[in-house]
Amino acid sequence: MSITDTATAAPARARPSTAADYLALLKPRVMSLVIFTACAGYAAAPSDLGPVLGFAAILSIAVGAGAAGALNMWFDADIDAKMRRTRVRPVPSGRVRAEEALGFGVAMAILSVLLMALAAGALPAALLAFTIVFYAVIYTMWLKRSTPHNIVIGGLAGALPPTIAWAAATGTVSADPLLLTAIIFMWTPPHFWALALYQRGDYAAAGVPMLPVTHGAKATRTQILAYSLALAPLGLAPALTGLGGWVYAAVAAFGGLMFVVLALRVARSRAGDEEHAGDPDLYAVRRGARAARDLFAFSILYLFILFGALLAEHAAGAYVPLTLF
Amino acid sequence: MDTKTLTDEEQSARKRRSVAIALALAGFVGLVFLVTIARLGASVLERPL
Repeated sequence: MSITDTATAAPARARPSTAADYLALLKPRVMSLVIFTACAGYAAAPSDLGPVLGFAAILSIAVGAGAAGALNMWFDADIDAKMRRTRVRPVPSGRVRAEEALGFGVAMAILSVLLMALAAGALPAALLAFTIVFYAVIYTMWLKRSTPHNIVIGGLAGALPPTIAWAAATGTVSADPLLLTAIIFMWTPPHFWALALYQRGDYAAAGVPMLPVTHGAKATRTQILAYSLALAPLGLAPALTGLGGWVYAAVAAFGGLMFVVLALRVARSRAGDEEHAGDPDLYAVRRGARAARDLFAFSILYLFILFGALLAEHAAGAYVPLTLF
Repeated sequence: MDTKTLTDEEQSARKRRSVAIALALAGFVGLVFLVTIARLGASVLERPL
């Protein structure tokens, strides 16, 4: 599939584009998680830029993430048109032309990096530019269509916002923000593979080599458990370095335990063994796949409470250092 | 040259979109102004006239 093929795969415009269509190009739900993790990284940093520059830095990360989403929707219009979850997106549904999504994405990407450079300096701007290029080019144009490790490696783009925000606040990058990035990086595969287990038919129809399509459901369930077993202790690590206090430690311990329990349920289930492409309801989940659906839902909550705990400790004064000895 | 007459719905959508773009641009300009002031502080006024 060439870039030209992709750009011409979009249907004719169904109706005039609206501002809401362009907002949808920015993937607002993904953007909200990016903003949340970036705010946690920013709040946890030992220094800050003040309200105006801090707001500009977080806005830059949000817009940069949205720009990457718009570029993804431009390039993936052919795939999105084949999947029930994504066929309502602005480009495959004909509400925005592919070339308009491309122009919008490029413009937003440039503006976000420039604003970050102006507000917080070269390092966070360079990290933001790297993240956008990594998601739009490395993940979207290359990994997604070529390897079942697509979301493992590509997950780096979604994992970097706390480090970018930390770099904006301090001007440097240290082990602590990289730990937060590592947590999101390790969280991404079980999160997406749980979804892919009960959306397997959709991915197969679109020709996306997700792990359940290429290696089968059983291998995917095993991989989910392996990543979850690595994620749970990794989630606790910020409490040991002093980045997280008691609140964070409690949340990470409980959340990590729940994550592993749910991953164990998935491993012992038959999730993904049956094709679900013919289900009329997108979110209809067959009995065998409920464990995967539960893990997918909890994985979102897990990341939310983990970074929420960091925010509560550093932005709302709930930090009580964890002194074990 | 081919011309196309827009329907009322298309004209209305174009107007709404133009207003949204104008607001976004104005917001961006305002933010760059505030960022400049925050970065440079009062020294932004210390320049040869």
